[in-house]
Amino acid sequence: MSERKLVLPGDPLGEGRSGNNSYAEGSKVFSKCVGLVEEKGGVFFVIPLSGIYNPKRGDGVIGKVEEIIFSKFIIDINSPYEAVLPLSEATDEFIDLTKTDLTYYLNYNDLIFSEIMSVSKTKNVQLSMKDRKCRKLRGGRVIKVTPAKVPRIIGKSGSMVEMIKQTTGTQIVVGQNGIVWVKGDNEDIAIEAILEVERKSHLHGLTDKIKESVEKKMAQSGVPVPKVVRQEADFAENGDD
Amino acid sequence: MEKQLQLVKNGKRIDGRAFDEVRPLEARVGVLKNTEGSAMFRIGNTLAIAGVYGPRKVFPKHQEMSEQAILRVKYNMSPFATTERGRPGISRRSTEISMVIREALVPVVFLEEFPKTAIDVHIEVLQADASTRCAGLNAAALALADAGIPMRDIVASCSAGKIPVTDSEGNRTGMQAVVDIAGKEDTEGELDLPIAYYKKTNELTLLQMDGITKKKEFLDIIKMAVKGCEDIYQVQRSALKHKYMMETEEALR
Repeated sequence: MSERKLVLPGDPLGEGRSGNNSYAEGSKVFSKCVGLVEEKGGVFFVIPLSGIYNPKRGDGVIGKVEEIIFSKFIIDINSPYEAVLPLSEATDEFIDLTKTDLTYYLNYNDLIFSEIMSVSKTKNVQLSMKDRKCRKLRGGRVIKVTPAKVPRIIGKSGSMVEMIKQTTGTQIVVGQNGIVWVKGDNEDIAIEAILEVERKSHLHGLTDKIKESVEKKMAQSGVPVPKVVRQEADFAENGDD
Repeated sequence: MEKQLQLVKNGKRIDGRAFDEVRPLEARVGVLKNTEGSAMFRIGNTLAIAGVYGPRKVFPKHQEMSEQAILRVKYNMSPFATTERGRPGISRRSTEISMVIREALVPVVFLEEFPKTAIDVHIEVLQADASTRCAGLNAAALALADAGIPMRDIVASCSAGKIPVTDSEGNRTGMQAVVDIAGKEDTEGELDLPIAYYKKTNELTLLQMDGITKKKEFLDIIKMAVKGCEDIYQVQRSALKHKYMMETEEALR
């Protein structure tokens, strides 16, 4: 990873085309927000350092069931836009709506990990649980982090979150919307580690440093590292590279 | 007739500043915990803080716009901000200033990126000594950038005015355009002109004037104010850089 330059709103990025969080005026490209600039094949884009979660198609998010309306669930995904999970996307079974109580499948305040199927221009967000990484999250604890820092928590193809899972023996699910679900005997240590990653997200070689501090804390706590419960694809694939 | 206070002495202003010198500036980003973004801006004895909430859902819902976000600005001056205690709550003055600050910010914010949401900007003036709307606007622009709201540029705001030049007997000998009117200049001066400057396109997004002037003097005063804005713009930039650089440095420790 190379050193990226910090830019502020209105800063010129160069000549080319505009990507995420940048805008073009003629052939010149400018930054839209505070962030780190990157260029790929003449396209400039800025990785923001702050801001709320803006839903994007394909993101894996953690949400809470807010409401159940006839044949759909309304999910709070830590964003100004609420998401809709149609019953047909929540389960494969045939459900007779006249006879079945939908809370049997998902109740109010239940946590789910699901994928964003589509986002319309007016920001109607549709969720799907058809992907096999999607599931209901039972028990555990939830923390919120800045959505802009999520790629660092996941790490390069999941290396960071995988390392924390291995060393603490907890289950962790990271949503692109900045919600992290942690479950296991060493939740505290895992949560501390995640918050440390969020704070120190700019650092190079962070995985090794976090590993060191987690291992130290694990040794102090005296709890033997439990056998890792292997979970397939607990992180969204689009991590940082 | 009451004797005109001598506002210009030996080519200096009453508080010892040069004509084109703004008061000491201070800006800090990220001062409030429960906001999405926040900032403090101080110019001389005027101090304002601003907090940004959102983009978030719009309440009441009828204000919602289906293709863009709405920007809501609330300016408030604390009762203890002035020497004489002010009446708390909304006033004609605060409503007006809220509106002009909103209109100064709208041209630079990409509102279409967050349809059906509201971006709330709250500005609180804690200490007032002239140009509170400029300090509030500067803080608000920084808070918006801190909140990660996409913007074309950071808006900088500054005031300028014109003060009478008199000899020791109090006879008027001329006029002088000065930047950042404060204290006695505000009460005894002839004109106050706050502007907001959109540096990239060299445009003004706020222009108000209190007083009477000639066209030529008017242009001089605007030039003065723009010069003040340039100074403020640099302070705003370094404050933002400071916060995000600090994060980087903290990480390296």
